[in-house]
Amino acid sequence: MKTMLNVALPKGRLGEKVYAMFEKAGFECPSIKENNRKLIFENEEKGIRYFWVKPSDVAIYVEHGAADIGVAGKDILLEYEPDIYELLDLDIGKCRMAVAGKKDFRDNTQKTLRVATKFTNIAKTYYASLGREIDIIHLNGSIEIAPILGLSDVIVDIVETGTTLKENNLEVLEEIVPISARLIANKASFKFKNAQIEAILKSMTEQSGEKK
Amino acid sequence: MSLNDRVFENDERIIFKLRELYSKYGYMKYRMSKFEEYDLYVRNKDFLVSENIITFTDVDGKLMALKPDVTLSIIKNSRDTSGVQKMYYNENVYRASNDTRAFKEIMQTGLEAFGDIDSYCISEVVLLAAKSLECISNDYILDISHMGIISEALDSIKVSEKGRRSMLKSLGEKNMSGISAVCREEGLEEADAELLKKLVAIYGEPDEVLTKLKTVTRGERFDSAIRELEDITEVLSQNGCADKIRIDFSVINDMSYYSGVVFKGFVNGVPGGVLSGGQYDNLMKKMNRKSGAIGFAVYLDVLERLYEDNHGFDVDAVLVYEEGARLCDISRAVKKITEGGETVVAQKTKPEKIRYKRLLKLCGTEVETVENNA
Repeated sequence: MKTMLNVALPKGRLGEKVYAMFEKAGFECPSIKENNRKLIFENEEKGIRYFWVKPSDVAIYVEHGAADIGVAGKDILLEYEPDIYELLDLDIGKCRMAVAGKKDFRDNTQKTLRVATKFTNIAKTYYASLGREIDIIHLNGSIEIAPILGLSDVIVDIVETGTTLKENNLEVLEEIVPISARLIANKASFKFKNAQIEAILKSMTEQSGEKK
Repeated sequence: MSLNDRVFENDERIIFKLRELYSKYGYMKYRMSKFEEYDLYVRNKDFLVSENIITFTDVDGKLMALKPDVTLSIIKNSRDTSGVQKMYYNENVYRASNDTRAFKEIMQTGLEAFGDIDSYCISEVVLLAAKSLECISNDYILDISHMGIISEALDSIKVSEKGRRSMLKSLGEKNMSGISAVCREEGLEEADAELLKKLVAIYGEPDEVLTKLKTVTRGERFDSAIRELEDITEVLSQNGCADKIRIDFSVINDMSYYSGVVFKGFVNGVPGGVLSGGQYDNLMKKMNRKSGAIGFAVYLDVLERLYEDNHGFDVDAVLVYEEGARLCDISRAVKKITEGGETVVAQKTKPEKIRYKRLLKLCGTEVETVENNA
């Protein structure tokens, strides 16, 4: 029996782009394009099995070995710090992690800064590096609303085009780190399924190089 | 298959196999107390896998800790003597698990050698690491790396302390773009980090990797590290383990403790490493010991999920007897079954959640088979 390589793909537009790269690398799985609610797709001949998971969960599947490899945003890797290999910057799904606030925001350094974010760890690490004291307000969505309602002074969030910020009268104050999608691998799988993973890595490296 | 094979859990069986292995090579069992003064861990916090420690106050007011680690205690109690002291341990340690954010009791077996560590001693410990993995599963891989080579690569780059830490972290993640990012931040040319990038990309069997690395000339420290890896490889291949060894510089242990060879073991089916170790002369220096040291630990707690329970039955037979059955009849029936090498549960009613092969009923002095699932 051929050993199957388990690949966790992030649900959504990014995942589809990533699948296209896998397909181009010679690991296609036609059944994935059928429009249905299945979550797992196999191509036994190529020895590959894909599954769709919530983008923020990809790293968890890979860290625990349920998936051998996967594609996750750098934001998730910075936030959860999973124990995995980060093999390649795929150069897609690009955006940035930034601090944003109201357009007329003045940072009063005498006060503790109130920061609303989904990315608690990233926000803490960033402000710790500046030596700034902050209060974290953890939110799960609609972060932009926090400074408008006075829930927080600023937000730390992903900014892609900046449209949402602009429409809500907010702007980027500081950039923390650029974000893009990364090819990640489970540490044990990298050793036991090395040939397959290296083959994918090679083709993906070429593909992301072409785009530059 | 003897009854022992079925009754013992896999981790229990592995412990016996490991003890046998270590004793065979002349390592002495080291038994120690569960507690240690907290002070020892505070001074060497970075050496520990997790910083969370269970502490309590002893009767004399001293702050004590439930051991989160065994190595530090062994060093503390060791003396500088001539020759090499070889020992192994099998202890429970207490530390917080990263997944659950709660304390866990972890069974850990490990081996340490202190003293005048020579190349034979190093090779022997690495060999025993490989053989320990073999005790767990035939499908294993032992990744070997060398801190001498890694620090050479890092020292060749003029980089701030923070940049150096990020570079080391990227090396551990095989993160090529991470290294480029540090180069950009620090205003370095990509070419400056060339050796480091080479180490990220390199992964494979020792012969192949070492041949490649030999083309890099970087002075005495680098060369002697390569020679050391070659010596280890030679001993391992002599013992038939060569095909399970990979050189992998993503195995990085803390530089302030580890100096020479470092390694990490994996078995197929367990997502993280099951064995980790290396030569930690720097830790010995910190603890005011003159001698060198090398050792490793096997994490037995992660092995639980490794083996599928393939027999699928909790017990061979369930023997049901009626109220008022004679004691000697029941006892005789049970004796007969167990003597045949089978396991049996005897009670008045059929247990609900036990999976059994056969359901037996005691009628008077006779045993009747009611159900047979085997």
